Amino acid sequence: MLIKLARLAHCRSGDKGNTSNISVIAYCPELYETIKTQLSAEKFKAFYSGVVNGTVTRYKIDGLHMLNFVCEGALGGGVSRSLCLDNYGKSLSSRILSFEIDVEKHLEQFLR
Amino acid sequence: MGIRIGSGSAWWGDRISPAKNNADKGRLDYLCFETMAEATVSAAQVRKRRDPTFPGYDTWLDDRMQAVLPGCLKQGTKIISNQGWINPNGAAERIVYWLQTLGFRGIKVAAVNGSLITERVLDMTDTILETGEPTHSLKGKIVSAEAYLGAEPIVQALNEGAHIVVTGRVADPSIFAAPMMYEFGWGMEDYAHLGLANGIGHLMECGAQVTGGYFADPGFKDVPNPWDLAFPIAEVDENGSAIITKIGGTGGLVNAMTIKEQLLYEVHDPANYITPDVVVDFSTTQLEEVSENRVLVWGITGKPRTPTLKVSIGCEEGFIGEDMFFYAGEGALKRAKLAETILRERFKIVNLKAEELRIDYLGLNAIHGDMTPKIDHEPYEVAVRVAARTLNREEAMKIGREVDGMAVSGVGMTGKRVPHQDRTREIIGVWSSLVDRTQINPTINFYES
Repeated sequence: MLIKLARLAHCRSGDKGNTSNISVIAYCPELYETIKTQLSAEKFKAFYSGVVNGTVTRYKIDGLHMLNFVCEGALGGGVSRSLCLDNYGKSLSSRILSFEIDVEKHLEQFLR
Repeated sequence: MGIRIGSGSAWWGDRISPAKNNADKGRLDYLCFETMAEATVSAAQVRKRRDPTFPGYDTWLDDRMQAVLPGCLKQGTKIISNQGWINPNGAAERIVYWLQTLGFRGIKVAAVNGSLITERVLDMTDTILETGEPTHSLKGKIVSAEAYLGAEPIVQALNEGAHIVVTGRVADPSIFAAPMMYEFGWGMEDYAHLGLANGIGHLMECGAQVTGGYFADPGFKDVPNPWDLAFPIAEVDENGSAIITKIGGTGGLVNAMTIKEQLLYEVHDPANYITPDVVVDFSTTQLEEVSENRVLVWGITGKPRTPTLKVSIGCEEGFIGEDMFFYAGEGALKRAKLAETILRERFKIVNLKAEELRIDYLGLNAIHGDMTPKIDHEPYEVAVRVAARTLNREEAMKIGREVDGMAVSGVGMTGKRVPHQDRTREIIGVWSSLVDRTQINPTINFYES
């Protein structure tokens, strides 16, 4: 069943120059592999099309069940020169929560 | 043996009452203040140029010190702070003034200088990290340049008896790592402990972001009494672990989720987080919720530091002009779109020279821009926001001037405010480079109340 990521994971974005990093953290270990398999750097970048203009690199900490997407060219040229109302991109992470994940039946018990 | 380190601020504009609460009730050995953003030093330089009476340190220094000094001095809590901005000596003198005013005599205050390299930066650096261009291409535009110092000069100041240490630019985690290194004797080659110290410092540097701030998402992540968030406390054990917690009875929460969100905040590769002191490896981090609002953190390690220090270079890059106006009710979006058409035509008439122009509809696309899903209903309210980046202030002022024109020469039922604040602002673009660390030599001045 297709389920929005919001029910599987929480997230936070941080800024450095023109790069935004967005972490995606599974609410429980059982959901982590499913997220990791389906949310690649390519899919992530496509989902932020129009805002993230550079490379997206995915890092992970398996032990803590979390992914980290480092998005270059995501902040309109950088915090100080961006014309975006949210020039720090503090709200950018919320976008990924509507990414749809195909969740197997036996994992539905772990959804929020 | 362990020590208790509390957070006093996560940025310049942070709340002050949680710092006072930590000072009064936190039973702290150290209270640490982080008050600088990337552009803080450049903004301070610009302000100083315009207003020679600006002292050049944290504009909230008086309020913060008045709030925390009584509690800290009563309990022997030492203070580490980067409130010195472009004038650590001035900040130290001002802290001495407050110590004397509050009746605390014989307290040693240290000022750490040496991060400012504005005049020398072009000789000391080669390449702009973000663009690959030579730093020389910034010549003539540089407002300020500063190297990120590490924990060493703070540790030295503590070794020489300082009770309060105030610095200019220091890497944020180092502010918190310094007391651990000083108290536990962790040396510069003790990479595992330096990694832990800076990793815990990283968790602490954003204050309430680890105690339930920047976290609540109703229905998914609920935060108790979020109006009463506490700033965090780290109980650090010399064996190489720490408990992140907060004062009892306050709002917010500390759990594995709040720690995980902060762990990678502004981090790129978790296995290689470069600080002036060490390269932190977060990839082996272990967490355990030991009791309510107490999370044990261990397993963060480190690798040898790099031979370079990061340098931030602030440059004059022109101006931004910005303003907004509003519509509501039946047909609001249609009127907003007509207003946009009028404005774009008028910008041609006044020959606006903009590097970039952006017109957004708040509530529709102003935050997530082009990736916002199309709406299938008419919004009841729309605010039109106009912003442009220009090379000089005169061009930037055209934005506000033409938005003013929308009051009587625009669309029906336009809501508009009388300009109540400066609608143009100077852009200080921040670029990064690297400097050989042997070229940076911090100095320490001591003062006494």
